[in-house]
Amino acid sequence: MSIGGDPVAAAVAAPISDGPAGAPAGTARLSVAWRRARHSPSLLIGGTIVAIMVLMAILSFVWTPYNPLGIAPQIALHGPSSAHLLGTDQYGRDVLSRLIAGARITIYAGVVSVLIAGLIGIPAGLFAAQRGGLLDEAIMRTGDVIYGFPALLAAITLSAALGASTTVAMIAIGIAYIPVFARVTRGSALAVLSSDFVLAARAYGRRPFAVLRRHVLPNIAAILIVQASLLFSVAILAETALDFLGLGTPPPTASWGQMIGTAQNYLAEDPMLAVWPGIAIFLAVLGFNLLGDGLREVLDPRLRQ
Amino acid sequence: MSALLQALRRLLILIASLFAASVLVFLVLAVLPGSPAQVILGTQATPASVAALTAKLGLDKPLWQQYADWVGGLLTGHLGISYISGQPIWAQLSAALQVTVPLILMGLAVGVLIAVPLGMISALRADRPSGALVSALSQVGIAIPTFVGGILLIIVFAVTVHLLPSGGFVTWQQSPVQAFRSLILPAIALGVVEGAILSRFVRASILEVLRSDYYRTARAKGLRPLQALRRHGTRNALIPVVTVFGLEMAGLIVGAIVVENVFTLPGVGTMLLQAVDNRDLLLVQDVVIGVSAVVLLLNFLVDLSYRLLDPRVGSRP
Repeated sequence: MSIGGDPVAAAVAAPISDGPAGAPAGTARLSVAWRRARHSPSLLIGGTIVAIMVLMAILSFVWTPYNPLGIAPQIALHGPSSAHLLGTDQYGRDVLSRLIAGARITIYAGVVSVLIAGLIGIPAGLFAAQRGGLLDEAIMRTGDVIYGFPALLAAITLSAALGASTTVAMIAIGIAYIPVFARVTRGSALAVLSSDFVLAARAYGRRPFAVLRRHVLPNIAAILIVQASLLFSVAILAETALDFLGLGTPPPTASWGQMIGTAQNYLAEDPMLAVWPGIAIFLAVLGFNLLGDGLREVLDPRLRQ
Repeated sequence: MSALLQALRRLLILIASLFAASVLVFLVLAVLPGSPAQVILGTQATPASVAALTAKLGLDKPLWQQYADWVGGLLTGHLGISYISGQPIWAQLSAALQVTVPLILMGLAVGVLIAVPLGMISALRADRPSGALVSALSQVGIAIPTFVGGILLIIVFAVTVHLLPSGGFVTWQQSPVQAFRSLILPAIALGVVEGAILSRFVRASILEVLRSDYYRTARAKGLRPLQALRRHGTRNALIPVVTVFGLEMAGLIVGAIVVENVFTLPGVGTMLLQAVDNRDLLLVQDVVIGVSAVVLLLNFLVDLSYRLLDPRVGSRP
């Protein structure tokens, strides 16, 4: 039944892709998406910022201008110079190197929390939509209970119990956002499940799991990707705040939030020590927000003008 | 389903949430390795004195009984005694609230003062450059974390021009003016981000009104845009804004924890983090459940008011 692609899936793809009728759905969708992407400033700017951040994080494993942990007290709190473009911190560590290395923690934090939220939230939402009834109610109300509890408080409590660490902080943030994924997944899955092609697939004898995997997931993937991108920026905000408060990544590992936290003690001597990581966090959050908005413009047919 | 039944259902969820939150907070902190008595007495303590203090604190009872004692105390207004300072937690908390509550209210004022005009301008001028500029500004505001905004404010207004204090707090009793001054920068830091987020919802809901038939009719009968918006749009535009407002209040409360630490204000947030540092677990437990309860209650109230503002909501299944 897989000759020439899945006719049912192609039928769904057609209205979304406004490509010529009968064209292979996947390619048409991609090319249309790309055409629209070029006209979405949000996507281009956000995508560029995110790409630079990811490259920075990868680069930091093999190269940074100096060792981000290398202490040199004799040059502590020296302002920008040709040797140290952004100056040095209170231990004489190179600020630029620490910024580059800090991107690692930020990306790691985002990935971990989005994965936790997505890997639990998406199946929960799909399951709730598919089964309906009491199970649906139970899953979604459990979600409400989790959602009401402020994420930052959960992270503070967990850190109090288990000690400060990036991973503990991210588990708390990830769990807090499971209901967001579950809700978005359920809502859009319900719409797909009530469509004619799902009815056709069911009549054809597809099992519920296969319907979810082959028909529902591909059709709601775009919405989930948008959600993941937006959640990434929320996770970055939360993680940097926890690091700032001393409840996340412990020193000496370079992390942006923690750099600001320590720089606060040296505001009179060198305010820029706090400003650089501040700009980095701002750009990272802005990048993922714009990427999310841009992806929504490109992928969501309802928002298209 | 009738409106009353809906409200009851929401109330049940509220109670379930509070229960779940209290159990989780209690369990997370109760299963910690190392006893609080050991922490209080230090490493020099004899096992006998640790055991005596454990019994005195009621920590040798079974878990469920400790939980019941704690919740029973909370419900009757007995928050317990701090493990570290030996003071009643309620006394510490009420002193801290004198900083945190005004801070949140001022942050809220800043947020609304930013959100409503910005949202209206960007909606009414949606297709003009000024509207786009305002939208872009709100995007920028959203991406500035509260603590970064706070530090920038300190750098500009406290370190560079010495206009306002960079931190610390003089109590209201000592000097109301000084107390107010020390909350200005924190309130701005807290309110700007929330205002930026809220402005996007104000914008979206006003745009929706502008596209509605009743607005077009109002305009057709000769009302100016602002008049038509005021007379016919306010209530309609308010519905989504109230929801977000509730969420923003939660944001403000949690944000205050961070901002207090930026500006070294002796509020609830600072108290909480110090308690975490000192392993003053009962205090952590009380503050976490207290803040969560306020947030959950706010969500509940917003949900109710949402139904009052929009009679259609209650009639949906």
